[in-house]
Amino acid sequence: MKTTTLIDYTLHLADNALIIGHRNSEWCGHGPVLEQDIAISNIALDLIGQARNFYQYAAQLTGNGATEDSLAYLRDAIDYKNCLLAELPNGDWGQTVLRQFFFSTYQYFLYQSLQKSTDQQLAAIAEKALKEVTYHLRWSSEWVIRLGDGTDESKKRILQSIDELWSYTGEMFQPASYETLAVNDGFGVDLAPIKINWDEKIKSVLTEATLPIPTNVWMQSGGKEGKHTEHLGFILAEMQFLQRAYPGSEW
Amino acid sequence: MNPVEPNKVSSEMADKASAEWPLWEIFIRSKQGLDHKHAGSLHAADAQMAIENARDVYTRRMEGVSIWVVESKYIHASNPAEADALYDPANDKPYRHPTFYQLPDELKHM
Repeated sequence: MKTTTLIDYTLHLADNALIIGHRNSEWCGHGPVLEQDIAISNIALDLIGQARNFYQYAAQLTGNGATEDSLAYLRDAIDYKNCLLAELPNGDWGQTVLRQFFFSTYQYFLYQSLQKSTDQQLAAIAEKALKEVTYHLRWSSEWVIRLGDGTDESKKRILQSIDELWSYTGEMFQPASYETLAVNDGFGVDLAPIKINWDEKIKSVLTEATLPIPTNVWMQSGGKEGKHTEHLGFILAEMQFLQRAYPGSEW
Repeated sequence: MNPVEPNKVSSEMADKASAEWPLWEIFIRSKQGLDHKHAGSLHAADAQMAIENARDVYTRRMEGVSIWVVESKYIHASNPAEADALYDPANDKPYRHPTFYQLPDELKHM
């Protein structure tokens, strides 16, 4: 029982990193300027690297010949445990940056706690990933401030992005069944204090960006339990096509 | 959500950014190095962004442990057309090199 929980919990962390990493990678070659194209592609690679670490661990726990590739390429949408926020389309640059800011803030506090997990492997992955996430948070915060406190156009757009994304932020802190079990088993992170830290950081950055903090909004959920938006299917179709059409192929 | 036409948007935005964002010269100090060496140049809106862009563009492969950025307009250069007058006169003055000293045998590492 404990192993099932640990696998689900690890897959949830892996799926989050892979899907938002994949979304960011869609910017490669399309960034607003060359330097930022490289910056967002670096972040994409960091996240996909984190996903690999978690998948490798999950594969080891799963056994039966599971590999990081089989977990990433041969599971269907219903088995994916990422938050809905991670799979939402990129929209414009501001929307991508805001999504990253919301997500990096969550990852930052989550990994800080996960470093102290009783599970050595999760703790080690979190410790390594935290350095990357610290930079993602810094980079995305500065962009949110720059756009919010920028021109009328940039402000208008980032306000639209807040409307678009805010109702997807609550899910990160609503524990899925395996997260509750993981906390009981002692290796999972309690999300209640993460939420308090997240709120505080979001508030301070949005205030500096002269942007309002939405209140009392109904929150979407379901992704962590495999109930996804229609967007995830399209991501998987593109990402998994090769392995499904040509099983086991390598290059 | 507005559909984005990435190619169109990115080329327009790139033109705009290079027109509006100043150019910065980037200096990187490597782990073994004592000095910051010129690595290249890039566009950024401000010094903070220039440092972050430099981090992403020039230190992805462990090239550095320290970054300096200077807005390109603050670099003043010598005129290549004056190279003869500036540099040639040094050519026939070998006595300016410290190679005429006899070093005692005990002295190592010179």
